[in-house]
Amino acid sequence: MSEKKIDNTRRNLIVATTAVAGLAGTGVAIPFAWSWWPSERAKAAGGPVEADISTLAPGELQVVEWRGKPVWIMRRTKEMLEGVRKSDDKVTDPKSEVAAQPDYAKNENRSIKPEFLVLVGICSHLGCSPQQKTSDAKAEMGADWAGGFLCACHGSKFDLAGRVYKGAPAPINLEVPPHTYLSDTRLLIGEDKKEA
Amino acid sequence: MASRLMALWDWFDARMPSVAEEFRKHMAEYYAPKNFNFWYFFGALSILLLAIQIVSGIFLTMNYKPDANLAFGSVEYIMRDVPGGWLIRYIHSTGGSAFFAVIYLHMFRGLLYGSYKQPRELIWIFGVLIYLTLMAEAFLGYLLPWGQMSYWGAQVIVNLFAVIPFIGPDLALWIRGDYVVGDATLNRFFALHVIAVPLVLLGLVAAHILALHDVGSNNPDGIEIKKMKGPDGHPLDGIPFHPYYTVKDIAGAVLFMMVFCAIMFFVPEMGGYFLEYNNFIPADPLKTPAHIAPLWYFTPFYSILRAVPPMFNSQFPGVALFGLSTMILFLLPWLDRSPVKSIRYRGVLFKSAVATFVITFLVLGYLGTEPVTVWGQFGAWLGYADVATVAARVFTLLYFAFFILMPWYTAIDKTKPVPERVTM
Repeated sequence: MSEKKIDNTRRNLIVATTAVAGLAGTGVAIPFAWSWWPSERAKAAGGPVEADISTLAPGELQVVEWRGKPVWIMRRTKEMLEGVRKSDDKVTDPKSEVAAQPDYAKNENRSIKPEFLVLVGICSHLGCSPQQKTSDAKAEMGADWAGGFLCACHGSKFDLAGRVYKGAPAPINLEVPPHTYLSDTRLLIGEDKKEA
Repeated sequence: MASRLMALWDWFDARMPSVAEEFRKHMAEYYAPKNFNFWYFFGALSILLLAIQIVSGIFLTMNYKPDANLAFGSVEYIMRDVPGGWLIRYIHSTGGSAFFAVIYLHMFRGLLYGSYKQPRELIWIFGVLIYLTLMAEAFLGYLLPWGQMSYWGAQVIVNLFAVIPFIGPDLALWIRGDYVVGDATLNRFFALHVIAVPLVLLGLVAAHILALHDVGSNNPDGIEIKKMKGPDGHPLDGIPFHPYYTVKDIAGAVLFMMVFCAIMFFVPEMGGYFLEYNNFIPADPLKTPAHIAPLWYFTPFYSILRAVPPMFNSQFPGVALFGLSTMILFLLPWLDRSPVKSIRYRGVLFKSAVATFVITFLVLGYLGTEPVTVWGQFGAWLGYADVATVAARVFTLLYFAFFILMPWYTAIDKTKPVPERVTM
């Protein structure tokens, strides 16, 4: 073996054909990998959904389904909004610096209208759905609990603006989905306001 | 009659001599060390389990429907209406857990006797690949019953990919084929679980065994039996695999099947460890179960995942460590600097390290099955941290210390002289 001289012409031919075959193989893999993207049907089903918020009482939480995820619409009372102010120093990201919301919801209440909170009800940790814990749940959540949400999976706590409490496993605040008001009582979830 | 059969065999052998040749090479004239003990059952048993899973799996597909609207119902249909369907499903579900139990013992055997050390590094690498492929296979299969745990387990694991910087969210979308775990996800997981991954698994098993038969088996003494050969050219301490070890392995298989059947017939759910209670509730994308835990064989790694706090507003460090905890197994042959293979001739340092590692693995495994609040909370002096979370962090460090410190403690460890011939 080792005494034989290497014929570089043949060696180069092998290298070249192998490279071409490898490229062809990768090329063949593309349509198969491509087929894993969401289908047109899945994309259509993932379109925006409309919600009627005219019947929502103060303090009430409404759940609508968007892209198979629960979206919470909550009409916050004055006391609840004051509670949000008070939790500023207890949450990791009080000013919503991390982009977990559209720019129009990057404000102290994380909403377009202060009263109405719109959140994707999926924990930013590992995708469980947190439960609502009202300010009555002080026995379980601590004496200074002003209402919010608890993810029972891994114990992350969120305030009534979906901001995560310090020390929780969830890294960032709950996501605010793109949404826009079609009128005072109709909310479109899944689409930003169209530029006029 | 007998001569007719012999004539038929001769006819066959003349046309395809490689059958007899391969049988001699891998069975009748494959010389295995004569001092194999109890620990050497688990390789053969994992082959048995692979066969059990393939056969029971094929029969499950005959009644299962990989459709988000029908999947849960079709599993209940198998359990209630298909003749013997409950038995086939319990064979498959018990087989899954048994497969991991046997594989873990098989890997532990390798650790005890240094079976991954030179010249068997490739066997070990193929083995770790088999283990990782098996984890993928188990994860994919767990979605198929479309129960609450199937659904939310898949949700959590697919979201692990979403935390990878830059490409994560698109990667998770691509894996799911939808914005949430849905019908598209179930359908592709089914395809991967029943055909793609098993094919990979079979190929890897073949590579594992071929690599083993090229260099020969290790043994509890960690001695190369090929160094001492008799006048016939066969190792003095070797005996033909067939009939000696085929008979031994059949005896082991009989014992194993007794345990297997006892579990399958009397405690197929194993108190929620083999089949989780929440998985008897159909998947509901809008409602997460209060407590999500993977099946027992993933829990040590799940504990590591949960133990790492988020850093830089990202879950990625936890996920990275979670991945590293399995990937580090590949490095084992090069981390171990000891001149001897078997634990029998190693010193107190290695023995204590292995003992600590076993405890670490079991504690992490236990913690992974429980909510983080299982051991209560510390007082104010530790900021009311969950005891179990702190414990998981300590044991995560110990887990990695076992590997990272290995080059050091195996190098300075006092070893005993290794005999020339195997002991019994």
